[in-house]
Amino acid sequence: MTTLLDVRNVSKHFTMGGIFGRKTVNAVMDASFSLSAEKPEIFTIIGESGSGKTTLARMVLGLEDPSEGEILFQGQKVSRHASKAERLAFMSKVQPVFQNPFEAFNPLKKIERYLESTARQFLHTKDRAAIDRVMDEALQKVGLSLKEVRGRFPHEMSGGQLQRCAIARALIPNPPLLITDEPVSMVDASLRMSIVNLLKSLRDDLKVSVIYITHDLATAYYISNRLIIMQRGRIVEMGDARTVLDNPQHPYSKLLKASVLSTDDAGAGKLATDPGMVQAANGLVGEAGKLVMRPDGREVRVYG
Amino acid sequence: MTRDSKPDLLKVEGLKAYYQMNYYGVEREVRAVDGISMNIKRGEVYGIAGESSSGKTSFIKVLAAAIRPPLKVVEGTVKYEFKNGPIEVTTASKAQVEDVRWKHLSYIMQGSMSVLNPVRRIGRTFKDFAQRPLGLTGAAFEARVVSHLARLKLPPEVLKAYPHELSGGMRQRVTIGLATVCHPEFIIADEPTTALDVVVQKEVLSLIRDIQKEMDSSVVFVTHDMSVHANIADRVGIIYAGRLVEEGPTRQMFFTPRHPYTAHLVASLPRIGDTTQRPALEGRPPNLADPPQGCRFHPRCPLAVDKCRQEVPPLETVDVDHRTACWRWQDVKPLVGSAHPAGVMA
Ligand SMILES: Nc1ncnc2c1ncn2[C@@H]1O[C@H](COP(=O)(O)OP(=O)(O)OP(=O)(O)O)[C@@H](O)[C@H]1O
Ligand SMILES: Nc1ncnc2c1ncn2[C@@H]1O[C@H](COP(=O)(O)OP(=O)(O)OP(=O)(O)O)[C@@H](O)[C@H]1O
Ligand code: SF4
Ligand SMILES: [Mg+2]
Ligand SMILES: [Mg+2]
Repeated sequence: MTTLLDVRNVSKHFTMGGIFGRKTVNAVMDASFSLSAEKPEIFTIIGESGSGKTTLARMVLGLEDPSEGEILFQGQKVSRHASKAERLAFMSKVQPVFQNPFEAFNPLKKIERYLESTARQFLHTKDRAAIDRVMDEALQKVGLSLKEVRGRFPHEMSGGQLQRCAIARALIPNPPLLITDEPVSMVDASLRMSIVNLLKSLRDDLKVSVIYITHDLATAYYISNRLIIMQRGRIVEMGDARTVLDNPQHPYSKLLKASVLSTDDAGAGKLATDPGMVQAANGLVGEAGKLVMRPDGREVRVYG
Repeated sequence: MTRDSKPDLLKVEGLKAYYQMNYYGVEREVRAVDGISMNIKRGEVYGIAGESSSGKTSFIKVLAAAIRPPLKVVEGTVKYEFKNGPIEVTTASKAQVEDVRWKHLSYIMQGSMSVLNPVRRIGRTFKDFAQRPLGLTGAAFEARVVSHLARLKLPPEVLKAYPHELSGGMRQRVTIGLATVCHPEFIIADEPTTALDVVVQKEVLSLIRDIQKEMDSSVVFVTHDMSVHANIADRVGIIYAGRLVEEGPTRQMFFTPRHPYTAHLVASLPRIGDTTQRPALEGRPPNLADPPQGCRFHPRCPLAVDKCRQEVPPLETVDVDHRTACWRWQDVKPLVGSAHPAGVMA
């Protein structure tokens, strides 16, 4: 088996708050996983808000260097300090969809300019008609069209439209690895399903691997092959997505699943969480512990 | 308590708000809000759902008095009865709006983490917005903010941080903190919990609910997450192509929807453990520059008949507090035997 992506014992520390009241944040602690080149998969990252998911994605994208450990993509070390040519070659193979589309787009730049420059860079063509066709095809895949998008600035689009434009842009170079940070958080259930089905068909038909960061356990269950669950910088559980979600083992994973809101009691205003579960999930949060393999193939962090 | 026992805090009548643009001499008009009337009681939580780009954000921008060109109110009124007096936001002056902002009316914009000033520490932003309305200074102010952030599961250090040093969900909670710290009478929130894990989401929703109860304030929020509506809203309203097509008590909207689009929304909810493909809605979302005649849902509606193609169905009352705009609402049936509260029609 050759590896597409190899994340080896990666950690990231930040110093927060500048010169006043410095505080070190351990955003990611000792994360390891790898994706195979032959068997494309949807690899999902779920977990606590602030647990390091975006930081991990940014390191894989070479936008942030790990404080410790290293990341290899197709055997090459991913680095923020790559040359421009290396960077371009890398970006033609690894494309991001960032978390908040309202932040990802420059408000003064028309949407089509993003798509256009991506098309130009990666398709090595200046032919207007060809570029337009590629842009329109990418937009059609997410339920939009070039006609709808042309001439418009980011603030002239709805949240879901913007989010879909970000996905369309990332699809243009046909990259073998797509890193999507909450790509469907702002679209309705119907569109959400059509976008996750798109990710599925990218995997199945075009052999694209996808890192799918999400808070939505239902779509994670529906499309992922494997997943990791993160809490405060650490992977606490990792394994086959359905094995883990059907019967989570780490206390935080259990709390996560139990906290999913249900519609069965619509109108009853149920927002309470079992305090015992919360306590169990947070009790060991500072400790390192270690990941231990279970007979069913998943790994669970255990302590003491 | 029935809704009737409380006074309306907000009255929206016949509201139309369009984006009116001129591209190189070509007029273009997007009819994002096209004739919406609704009332919201004091102490009520009202959830809004609907398709992407159906006009939800545009509608609540008007409610929040955040109307900026090219968005223009073409018709209708939006009137609040605040404790310090009434205000009609479509005609109010800037000064009048400033007067009620934060203390009476607060607005959490969609993707609002991006509104935090990137070169300002979070603590500074809190001072700018909340110090005057709260009437506190120094340590007392800081203590109030810190305890408020703690309820959102944010440590005091975030006050020293710059926005880029926080995760997406932390920034989202900061903006919720800003919008709620002054305990306003009316809170408007557009997708306020999209970046939160389900554990924190529940806590944040509880906080909003608690503040709402303490102050007897009203909340209007937009989200695509129907399970959020199910658990926090008193009433839910569904917007389709710039119009309110159904509204009613939360339970009824989930179990006995009276509009085919609502039935579809409720049935399309994916669940953990479910790997079957849900039917997507046929066809494309309507073009708001040139919406379909008659009922705007007709090109995609499985129940559509000739009448639907010609005549606009009025929003009619079908039960207490429950209104729908569908000629065939009596034929909209929950799907029996479905794992879901309500499926698509008969
Ligand atoms: N540039 C930075 N400087 C300082 N701290 C940072 C920086 N970027 C992230 N952090 C911190 O690292 C931690 C992890 O953040 P990250 O954005 O990776 O979380 P996340 O899992 O993506 O959360 P969310 O689900 O809320 O988006 C947080 O505590 C955050 O404050
Ligand atoms: N500033 C603007 N100028 C022109 N058109 C706009 C502008 N803002 C929004 N629109 C258009 O108005 C329509 C309604 O947009 P709105 O943002 O209200 O949708 P929404 O229901 O909030 O969707 P979402 O769920 O995707 O956020 C869309 O077609 C959008 O493209
Ligand atoms: S009025 Fe007709 S087209 Fe519109 S929702 Fe009802 S049945 Fe469907
Ligand atoms: Mg993130
Ligand atoms: Mg919106």
